[in-house]
Amino acid sequence: MALEDFCSFRNNPHLWTPASLLLPLQNPASSTPGIPEHHHSGRRRSELSNRDDGPPLRLTLPPTSAARRLMPTVRRPFPLTHGTTTLGFVFQGGVIAAADTRASAGGLVACPEVHKIIPVHSHLVVTSSGSGADCVLWARALEREIRLYRLRHGRVLSVRGTAKLLAFMLHPFKGTDVCVALTLCGWDQGPNGAREGPKVIYVCSDGARLQGELFSVGSGSPYAYGILDGGLRWTLSREEAFSLAREAVFRATHRDAYSGNNVDLVYITEKGWSRREREDLKEEYYRRKEEIGKIVEERCRKTD
Amino acid sequence: MISAQSFGENGKMKDYHHTGPVEYRFSPYTFNGGTVLAVAGEDFAIVASDTRLSEGYSIHSRDSPKCYKLTDTTVIGCSGFHGDCLTLTKIIDARLKMYKHSNNKMMTSGAIAAMLSTILYGRRFFPYYVYNIIGGLDEHGKGAVYSFDPVGSYQRDTYKAGGSASAMLQPLLDNQIGFKNMTGVEHVPLSKDKAVQLVKDVFISAAERDVYTGDALQICLITKEGVKKEMITLRRD
Repeated sequence: MALEDFCSFRNNPHLWTPASLLLPLQNPASSTPGIPEHHHSGRRRSELSNRDDGPPLRLTLPPTSAARRLMPTVRRPFPLTHGTTTLGFVFQGGVIAAADTRASAGGLVACPEVHKIIPVHSHLVVTSSGSGADCVLWARALEREIRLYRLRHGRVLSVRGTAKLLAFMLHPFKGTDVCVALTLCGWDQGPNGAREGPKVIYVCSDGARLQGELFSVGSGSPYAYGILDGGLRWTLSREEAFSLAREAVFRATHRDAYSGNNVDLVYITEKGWSRREREDLKEEYYRRKEEIGKIVEERCRKTD
Repeated sequence: MISAQSFGENGKMKDYHHTGPVEYRFSPYTFNGGTVLAVAGEDFAIVASDTRLSEGYSIHSRDSPKCYKLTDTTVIGCSGFHGDCLTLTKIIDARLKMYKHSNNKMMTSGAIAAMLSTILYGRRFFPYYVYNIIGGLDEHGKGAVYSFDPVGSYQRDTYKAGGSASAMLQPLLDNQIGFKNMTGVEHVPLSKDKAVQLVKDVFISAAERDVYTGDALQICLITKEGVKKEMITLRRD
């Protein structure tokens, strides 16, 4: 089972606690940060295909509530990258995932050209929002687990299964600083046990795991929801869906300070995902401004 | 005061303005200033940093460069908290050596960047207070720049400024190297000499306006011949 494999439950059930996902199974005290522990003992990694890889994430745990009194959490003197607008919805032609491309740290734009829509496999992409580093790492960890699952079980894990796996991966970090809100947008291919078709599932580090037809996440999501709730129907054509998603992100970037720059659009069907060319919203803004300018001019001329 | 963070009545951090009761608590972090810049060209890369090490109102050293050579094709620039910069570069050096011994080849720039990302994330809950920028040549001999945030989020860029004057330098680089926000300009690719001159000009400007940047500028030029270092004096006030 995917969860068992990830948590190394099968081989060491007695050692399984949420913390075992994080610390190495042997000699946690002797491991230097940054140096993987198999180099300490000088052993070479064995070539067996069913070897126990150990927990996939080696992180120094944040202090538990008992230790927290003795070692208070250190306050970070710098801001992390945050702020975004992402959205995903299903319609008759597949799934659309769209996002802006700004990463902000405090008041500074840390990067104006981030990729917030990350492919996991040929039929699944993940839109990320929250802390940049967390999202990139968790998307990578998820990609790794899906690949291992495919190699071990000979089939691709369904979108619902992937969401469950991701939720369980994030669970030990509930209550800590990790801030991750991912929307899994994918297409389940039959025969799978899972129902075939488009899926959008929202998973976040607070523990939420929700399947739905429309999700928008981030600081710009209220503005995006306004546009999407007004225009979304199952019977949309492909072009209409593209322009709806683009409009939603555009409006959100216009009103939200922490979203901006470009809009990325990815379209998922039974054939897989395909990315539309990244579009700079600055041109769109000036084009609209011109049109509105013309309308205002007309109105002034009529009222004169 | 060094090694201490002061908190006001509402529990928020206070920097220099002290009115009302102030609580001092030990802080494992401090900010040592400094600016780092990296530019990638067609077949070269430049990593440059100033050499001032400061803390609060004092200057600890005028000769503390922030560029560290990792391999013949990769240089890393680290600014932020000097203690974490030193430890991080030691860990990276050790990991490079281990890779060389187990795989019988040097790590490529892209591999070093991916490795650094996981090293930084390993300390997600007590981060290294370091802003890293890696500059080097990729496997095809083209210039590559990778910029990081303190917890390991990274991506490949053409140019990036990091450190105390980064907010001032980045828009200038966007305009001069990325040709952003200009209309009707020809996008000429950057030549080596033009890039070095641009880096010098940009640091001179940074030293004028940022108190933590100055003293001297160290430029590391990475080409297929290797890494060449150059020192230029900046304002020492």
